Amino acid sequence: MTTTTTELSETTLLRFATAGSVDDGKSTLVGRLLHDSKSVLADQLEAVERASANRGQDGPDLALLTDGLRAEREQGITIDVAYRYFATPRRRFILADTPGHVQYTRNMVTGASTAELTVILVDARNGVVEQTRRHAAIAALLRVPHVVLAVNKMDLVDYREAVFAAIAEEFTAYATELGIPDVTAIPISALAGDNVVEPSATMDWYGGPTVLEHLETVPVSHDLAHCHARLPVQYVIRPQTAEHPDYRGYAGQIAAGSFRVGERVMVLPSGRTTTISGIDLLGKPVDVAWTTQSVTILLTDDIDVSRGDLIVPGKDAPQATQDIEATVCHVADQPLTVGHRVLLKHGTRTVKAVVKDIPSRLTLDDLSLHPHPEQLVANDIGRVKIRTAEPLPVDSYADSRRTGSFILIDPADGTTLTAGMVGDSFATPVPTHDDQTDDDGWDF
Amino acid sequence: MTTVAQINGSGPSSEDGDSLYALTHLDALESEAVHILREVAGEFERPVILFSGGKDSILMLHLALKAFAPAQVPFSLLHVDTGHNFPEVLEYRDRAVAAHGLRLHVASVQDYIDRGVLKERPDGTRNPLQTLPLTEKIQAERFDAVFGGGRRDEEKARAKERVFSLRDEFSQWDPRRQRPELWNLYNGRHAPGEHVRVFPLSNWTELDVWQYIARENIELPEIYFAHEREVFQRSGMWLTAGEWGGPKDGETVEKRQVRYRTVGDMSCTGAVDSDATTLDAVIAEIAASRLTERGATRADDKLSEAAMEDRKREGYF
Repeated sequence: MTTTTTELSETTLLRFATAGSVDDGKSTLVGRLLHDSKSVLADQLEAVERASANRGQDGPDLALLTDGLRAEREQGITIDVAYRYFATPRRRFILADTPGHVQYTRNMVTGASTAELTVILVDARNGVVEQTRRHAAIAALLRVPHVVLAVNKMDLVDYREAVFAAIAEEFTAYATELGIPDVTAIPISALAGDNVVEPSATMDWYGGPTVLEHLETVPVSHDLAHCHARLPVQYVIRPQTAEHPDYRGYAGQIAAGSFRVGERVMVLPSGRTTTISGIDLLGKPVDVAWTTQSVTILLTDDIDVSRGDLIVPGKDAPQATQDIEATVCHVADQPLTVGHRVLLKHGTRTVKAVVKDIPSRLTLDDLSLHPHPEQLVANDIGRVKIRTAEPLPVDSYADSRRTGSFILIDPADGTTLTAGMVGDSFATPVPTHDDQTDDDGWDF
Repeated sequence: MTTVAQINGSGPSSEDGDSLYALTHLDALESEAVHILREVAGEFERPVILFSGGKDSILMLHLALKAFAPAQVPFSLLHVDTGHNFPEVLEYRDRAVAAHGLRLHVASVQDYIDRGVLKERPDGTRNPLQTLPLTEKIQAERFDAVFGGGRRDEEKARAKERVFSLRDEFSQWDPRRQRPELWNLYNGRHAPGEHVRVFPLSNWTELDVWQYIARENIELPEIYFAHEREVFQRSGMWLTAGEWGGPKDGETVEKRQVRYRTVGDMSCTGAVDSDATTLDAVIAEIAASRLTERGATRADDKLSEAAMEDRKREGYF
């Protein structure tokens, strides 16, 4: 690795996820990204070479770079989300590497929950299959802003443009139907290294970015003007020392939008209004702070604020409700049933709740609805109606991923049961429009 | 200090499509770690920070100081003392405790050996012996959240670790019992006797840690910087000569210019050849390094492909 000043300066961070099965070459793609971006260090590569040799393979099997637990190596499977880290001079990456089998929907949902981008792999020989539709549906449900379709194994279809174009077109049409706002299709061969890190020498008909180039340049910030500002209060800081006898600060990580000193704010659930008198950004006073900064907010009036409260702009408060309708992904082995008494954690607040109804279960392969399934089991996606013991200021997940999401917890043993997203399952399809000016030919 | 990625103009940031509101990677990692520290302060009764005097635990303490300023850090510190300590590190530990008015708990491996509860291993390594004193201290003090400085980039088994990692009363880690972590909603529920290990630095890499230490100007024990030391070679690593059991027959002591990349038990923490006497030099060296931190300096992880997975299951950090 060359050391340059650029490499050591501060860059931005992209969290992304990959979805696809072993057969699609996902592990090879991830291995190649790590290897070709020079993020694999000598001892890791040696370990992989040793393991490959033990299995009688010629040369290092890059898929082994992403194997984790011995239990998985013995069974040749991936049982969980594994996090990988790599960097280029332009950006740092956190990759949630999730297995693609149907029984691991929960892992894909987990990985996608914090991702700004999802890479979905398809085998060029098979094109868009059920599993591809499932992966696209999860990205759409979780409102992952950017999706990359990596059409892999182009070497096995003679690098033909027509094969790629047909798959890209079919996928993009489906993704648009699901409301995915940004899809980029890239023809690759993870095995040969085409268009992963280095541009392909054999696909000169393709003029778009490589996978890594795209990861390096996709925007990671949000348009704050259109976000509702939200600060869930985590902790009240009260030094009560001689130096700071009256300091009372409300600490939290800004979940969405921005706040500024002098702004009128409302504290929920009490509904009291006051003014921000100061913002402390980890030791430095600032005039304005935005998501996802961790801050301490000082208020003009001495009102009662505690952990679990939500600070919002006075003019843009969410409606508090005890009746929540949401799309959920069930993540626990024990089922979720109507009448189930649970704890619901939303932001920094945990309240008692009961599952009132499970109107439908959703099959991700074809988006068909199965009415009144009575229960949801692990890896099921469904619609639920929940009644909470206290009103909660929830947003729609479409508007705010952090304040529109919640988890259900089993009060008896603490198990995380279900991941929930408030409001409609899918975004309204994006109308076809041509306002994307950076038309490089392959941004479908 | 918060640095904002470049706005418009011709810089690399605008070319990447990032606006004023994109946090730099260090700011994003810092904010995430502070969020985790504050969640624990808000949801647990008796949290404690595992403090070895190594750079990761020093970083955790620094983040905790920032997270709760101007109030006191609402956590105490726990040092699992193997008895094979670098004196510079112990001295640093005591200074940090005094400077910030913290409470220090010590779980001593030497006590367990003296009482005959634990036996010295033939190879003299005490790292695997830490698990029992740690577990019993957690039980005796009824700690319900235990912060560790572990990072997912360190090792394969750690790559699958949760930020909130549930442990039973024997501190055991069961990878299949770990809870999915969605968004930033951490679930800290646990039964009496159980506790949660919390890893605020999960998403940091070694380079991030060093860059942040440089940016924040955090003081570290001197052994992290190049210095002359009497060392001998074992299993391809430079170990410090000392009473703990080295050198043995056939191993010769020599004076070399070295520094440490990790701080652990003297018997299994190796030094690397280095001329890096400043933070900037250390960062340049790491960026150019071809070995991971654990591969270069930890004998205990070389035991087998699954060494860390096994130790984690048994309740190790």
